[in-house]
Amino acid sequence: MMQFMLLFSRQGKLRLQKWYQAYPDKTKKKITRELIATILARKPKMCSFLEWKDLKVVYKRYASLYFCCAIEQDDNELLTLEVIHRYVELLDKYFGSVCELDIIFNFEKAYFMCDELLLGGEIQETSKKNVLKAIAAQDLLQEDEAVEGALREIGLL
Amino acid sequence: MPAVRGDGMRGLAVFISDIRNCKSKEAEIKRINKELANIRSKFKGDKTLDGYQKKKYVCKLLFIFLLGHDIDFGHMEAVNLLSSNKYSEKQIGYLFISVLVNTRSDLINLINQSIKNDLQSRNPIHVNLALQCIANIGSKEMAEVFGHDIPKLLVSGDTMDVVKQSAALCLLRLFRTSQEIIPGGEWTSRIIHLLNDQHMGVVTAATSLIDALVKKNPDEYKGCISLAVSRLSRIVTASYTDLQDYTYYFVPAPWLSVKLLRLLQNYPPPDDPGVRGRLIECLETILNKAQEPPKSKKVQHSNAKNAVLFEAISLIIHMDTEPNLLVRACNQLGQFLSNRETNLRYLALESMCLLATSEFSHDAVKKHQEVVILSMKMEKDVSVRQQAVDLLYAMCDKTNAEEIVQEMLNYLETADYSIREEMVLKVAILAEKYATDYTWYVDVILNLIRIAGDYVSEEVWYRVIQIVINRDDVQGYAAKTVFEALQAPACHENMVKVGGYILGEFGNLIAGDQRSSPSVQFQLLHSKYHLCSPMTRALLLSTYIKFVNLFPEIKTQIQEVFKQHSNLRSADAELQQRASEYLQLSIIASHDMLATVLEEMPVFPERESSILAVLKKKKPGRVPENEIREHKSPVPGSTANHQEERSAAKTVSANASTDLLGLSTPPAAPTAGNTGVLVDMLGELYTSGSPQPHANNVAAQNAYNPAKFVCKNNGVLFENDLIQIGVKSEFRQNLGRITLFYGNKTSTALQNFSAAVTNPTGCIGKLNVQSKKVDPTVEAGAQVQQMVNGECVFDYPGLSSILMANLPLTKLIKNEQHLNFIVLISV
Repeated sequence: MMQFMLLFSRQGKLRLQKWYQAYPDKTKKKITRELIATILARKPKMCSFLEWKDLKVVYKRYASLYFCCAIEQDDNELLTLEVIHRYVELLDKYFGSVCELDIIFNFEKAYFMCDELLLGGEIQETSKKNVLKAIAAQDLLQEDEAVEGALREIGLL
Repeated sequence: MPAVRGDGMRGLAVFISDIRNCKSKEAEIKRINKELANIRSKFKGDKTLDGYQKKKYVCKLLFIFLLGHDIDFGHMEAVNLLSSNKYSEKQIGYLFISVLVNTRSDLINLINQSIKNDLQSRNPIHVNLALQCIANIGSKEMAEVFGHDIPKLLVSGDTMDVVKQSAALCLLRLFRTSQEIIPGGEWTSRIIHLLNDQHMGVVTAATSLIDALVKKNPDEYKGCISLAVSRLSRIVTASYTDLQDYTYYFVPAPWLSVKLLRLLQNYPPPDDPGVRGRLIECLETILNKAQEPPKSKKVQHSNAKNAVLFEAISLIIHMDTEPNLLVRACNQLGQFLSNRETNLRYLALESMCLLATSEFSHDAVKKHQEVVILSMKMEKDVSVRQQAVDLLYAMCDKTNAEEIVQEMLNYLETADYSIREEMVLKVAILAEKYATDYTWYVDVILNLIRIAGDYVSEEVWYRVIQIVINRDDVQGYAAKTVFEALQAPACHENMVKVGGYILGEFGNLIAGDQRSSPSVQFQLLHSKYHLCSPMTRALLLSTYIKFVNLFPEIKTQIQEVFKQHSNLRSADAELQQRASEYLQLSIIASHDMLATVLEEMPVFPERESSILAVLKKKKPGRVPENEIREHKSPVPGSTANHQEERSAAKTVSANASTDLLGLSTPPAAPTAGNTGVLVDMLGELYTSGSPQPHANNVAAQNAYNPAKFVCKNNGVLFENDLIQIGVKSEFRQNLGRITLFYGNKTSTALQNFSAAVTNPTGCIGKLNVQSKKVDPTVEAGAQVQQMVNGECVFDYPGLSSILMANLPLTKLIKNEQHLNFIVLISV
């Protein structure tokens, strides 16, 4: 089971944090600080996996963002790398050539996307098509509401 | 998509831009506080906010929280959003409460109510939202409230696939919090049946759930094995067009394959031959595919393919029954060891560690020894080097131990600081485990200290001392080697500790040689004296007094050291005490007394290596079970004292909890001259239980000798074939308590047993004695206790005053024997 996922920039600013294990707030902050420091200290050609405390950490850098997941001892590391990749693909498809700014300004969408892909620390839906379909359905609902609202204001509803 | 938000909430975008444009941390905090004040006033204000406004502010609060600032309001508004019928508002509300979990009970009820409503909604998107929220929070209360509804949702035929998927994982999350919620009985087969669902997403989610359930209760869910195998077989043999959406870069359903392979690792190999055959076929297919040319150059393809391969190898290792597969797996991993990709090399090393412990593949693993050693030396990435070290440790056995230990020692000289301590522990364990010639072991440890002295923890050098003490054959060699090592100009403090201890015990073995005469040994050690920490100096002082015993000719030199102001008046209390006590001892003790007091250390009892315990603590879950039992070669000549102490250990029962006087009984102190640092070696720290008494401990007919209780609180007072009487006493100021233990050594019960304690005439009025009655029947082999409390109200004369106790023992059933004796106890 995945314990947590962190996205952070090269300067160490946290852009997204998803916790699948209950930790108190202070612990979360401490973990974040230490892990970010550890990963930023690694050189580019190094292995994507490292042992950290009693967990395994899998990370990959996409442009200016580091995607970092902590998994348990018996989880599959290579597959976690691919979960990260799948997540990036989804964001990319959704935002159209996603960049860090998209995640900053639309952070809640990034969370919604993550919830469709992973739930309770386990991968939920591995078909890219299905995840995007679900998100599209959600957006459609929102648009309906927006249209409805606009019509109400004009007085047509 | 541009930074401008399509769905409104312009205010949020502006706020985020403002924050990003802040030039300094203070400016950022200022802006945030301004916004927080604004939002607070809006929330408290008279005008009720509409849904859109609430959503916007709650979202802002969420953003501020995620930046790292604490938020202590807004929960109520977020909870209100949940009951909105606008989806986007609901969504933000749920996101807020998932991230900022709150324990206020009034809100929890409202939240649960909203979730309940959404769970029953006709719109699957709303249901999913509720399920996601439960899965994100997953508290015990939620488990109680929703624990019944979710399994129903999961197995019902009406539920849509997307909802089933979420329900499965939601249930998994709740199960992890509170395991009682999974219903048994008929639900079991329905849950297992989800493995056959035609929607792959449902199967993927269900497999995770079943994996967790199986771990808790393997027998109940046994039915899943055959279903899992057939599903796996269908996937593995599918061509890449069959599974469409679930094919990832030409690899069919990699996530599901891995999950099924993981699920099967919870069980031993299947009994049913058909199922077993199909499983082996699957595994062979996977191994075969690994050899085929790749269908795509992309790293994602190879990662997915190899992920399945590594998991299959894990399963093969777990099953441990197919030699053919094991060897193939090992060869495949061997190929990966030289792969260009660092990730694959790392994982291959990790998997091989598991293979090394299986008897079928252990030899195959050893073939790759050269490559692994090369990896240890040449890899650029320290995490890969560490894996190589782990693998060398796992693959070590009698045939290659010397070579591997040597390589590890060589590498240690240039190794990363982060892995040194672990390497030291591993080398120490390996050296001990595979030593046929203990001189080699001593060499290795001394080398360890020389190369990586700072990282040699206490357990390591304690261990070498234990082994040297227990083995006669290596004592001389150890003394010589340590003497030579100490001559190096810059010597690590641990070396001084070991050297000091060994020379103190066995320096006489090399004293014959001119070059290591007593005076030379002493000078050598003393030259390091002032460079050492107080603890080491304390150890050296003990060594010096041992020298006084071993080498009387240098007694005066040593006494000079004791007399030095820096010792006699040292700021460190331990040094002061030792210097003054040893000085006195060396002055007043006769030669025989010194010899007794400073006799050679007795053999250490057998116990589990503490080094292993330290290693396990450092790397939880990753140390293969290489238990070492210390090879015991008992050295004859343990003193009579020790024998008595051990029989006392037998009779003394752990009665500390009823300690009326509030005293704690320390274990019987060992022979004098062994204080401070080295007391720990007698086993207080170590893991496995109490030291077992020697097998050759003869419960001697202990002569009745009450005088010994002048210096000892515990011991056997009297023993013969019928009865053993033990004593445990505690004293504080004017109060004393003696517990007498009467043990029936016969195979028949003693009837009419009584013991009376009387106060001697000289002490009446000055010493108050009370004793409790003893049970008149003592069963065969049993032991009864009698407590005697004494209080001294006035001084009574001299050390030799005694308390007379009279214990008439009446007839035994078999022997017409009267035992009538007087027990003298001195207080």
